[in-house]
Amino acid sequence: MGVKVKCELLKKEMLVDGIYKFSVKAPEIAKNAKPGQFLEIKVSETGEPFLRRPISIFNIDGETIEFIFQVKGRGTELLSKIEEGKQIDIIGPLGFGTYKVQEYKNVAIIGGGIGIYPLYELTKELKGKANLNVYLGFRDKSLVTCEKDFEAIGLNKLVVTTDDGSYKEKGFAIDFMKKDIEEHMVDMIFACGPLPMLKAVRAYAIENNIPCQISLEERMGCGIGACLGCAVKVISGKEPRYGHVCKEGPVFNAKDVEI
Amino acid sequence: MNTEVNLCGIKMKNPVTVASGTFGYGREYSEFIDLNKLGAIITKGTSLKLRPGNPAPRICEVPGGMLNSIGLQNPGVEYFAEFDLPWLRKFDTKIIVNACGSTIEEYVDLCRILNKLDIDGVELNLSCPNVKAGCLAFGTTYQGVKEVTSQVRKVLTDKPLIVKLTPNVTDITEPAKGAEDAGADGVSGINTLLGMKIDIDKRRPVLANNTGGFSGPGVKSVGVRMVYQMSKAVKIPILGMGGITCGEDAIEYMLAGATAVSIGSGNFADPEVSIKTIDGIEKYMKKHNIEDISSIIGTVQMN
Repeated sequence: MGVKVKCELLKKEMLVDGIYKFSVKAPEIAKNAKPGQFLEIKVSETGEPFLRRPISIFNIDGETIEFIFQVKGRGTELLSKIEEGKQIDIIGPLGFGTYKVQEYKNVAIIGGGIGIYPLYELTKELKGKANLNVYLGFRDKSLVTCEKDFEAIGLNKLVVTTDDGSYKEKGFAIDFMKKDIEEHMVDMIFACGPLPMLKAVRAYAIENNIPCQISLEERMGCGIGACLGCAVKVISGKEPRYGHVCKEGPVFNAKDVEI
Repeated sequence: MNTEVNLCGIKMKNPVTVASGTFGYGREYSEFIDLNKLGAIITKGTSLKLRPGNPAPRICEVPGGMLNSIGLQNPGVEYFAEFDLPWLRKFDTKIIVNACGSTIEEYVDLCRILNKLDIDGVELNLSCPNVKAGCLAFGTTYQGVKEVTSQVRKVLTDKPLIVKLTPNVTDITEPAKGAEDAGADGVSGINTLLGMKIDIDKRRPVLANNTGGFSGPGVKSVGVRMVYQMSKAVKIPILGMGGITCGEDAIEYMLAGATAVSIGSGNFADPEVSIKTIDGIEKYMKKHNIEDISSIIGTVQMN
């Protein structure tokens, strides 16, 4: 379970237009954080917008936590305006369902758009534990971020795609992943990204009997499992039931959820 | 300084409790606050049998707060009695169970069980806007509320009975009188205001259930008005709620006529809001030299 702390914004960086990376000093969060977990961030002192914003952890570095977000509405707009040196009210790390870091042989890590961010800490922690093949998909060149960060981890393979071919490979990341897997089987797929991508990855993994962990997103109220807002259909038991992304997730075994 | 209040026989160490559906069964928030400090805990709406709840999206933010359509997802009363109640009982606070159902028989069967449990009171939910059968169907009229409440009253003989009312009516004093005439010990409100948000790109409502209950700071003035109206219409105590996020908000409700207050979706924005509200009430008491918080209940002077 997370803690509620005031964190100093140490560094703020605009990666590309509308996408920001924040580094905050958060020792209490950093010491317990695991890949795939998220933060609930207060964006306003006035109570408007009302709810916190759930944002995934990008990087854990000593006492520092980094997160990356895209300005999409009033909340993220306000967040982006917070100045370095100011305090941010953050609850974290949240989510009991995290990416499972253990020894693997050969893994595929696939992310799309702003969904690539929670995969960075995962990839870092898997270094030395598996042969790492990373596939990052973006809509177009203007949205490509963090390629260098992933590269610096030291990967077996890094494929960057854009839907329109304006940067690196043209097409969808999943198609490049599939092609590689046909040649060299993986024993785990890790995924995070937009719903259509997750659906396709999940379907492919199930069809080919490949274990797969996906990180889901849903509109959240509390972020800690009390309000039951972020429902997802869990199909691992005898009867389907609604589980909750903030508590049981955000990372699930792909075959355990219906998306 | 005395912050204790007596909510229809439930002696609370302070007037602050947490609203059903916003606090689960307390476990999650116990990581953030000391539950012993709360005047009472009102549980998640609990039904006779497990309820799966509504599909997602169940929540969306709107100006002034949020909409929700959870659909009363809960594990059922037996599970609650076995796993949550013993845990909750470890804390020095009052436990009030929010009881929901789809038919009168369900309410009665549920309350028959609740009557035997080690709890301090029952809040009868006749006002959830998100489930099609029951609740709202009974909760909007004098006769409907009176009928369910009197049937429940027959089996709920040993616990205080508070009836939670909906604001989605022309005149909330009518169902409030129905509760009082049927023998309820108190009324609570307001539940959420029925709302809808449309995704203009998809031309569809954001919530899977299309509509949802509006809560948050934006509903507070409606709640205060309705608590005031109820306090003039019934003699039984009122548990006031709707948009409370600080001590000042709680005081407003008490001046309007509430004996105690519930904090709802404010918990989501700040898990510590209930404790801050208690502190805020004490600060107000000091500032105005109030010895006994109960002395301010219903003392608003109208213009």
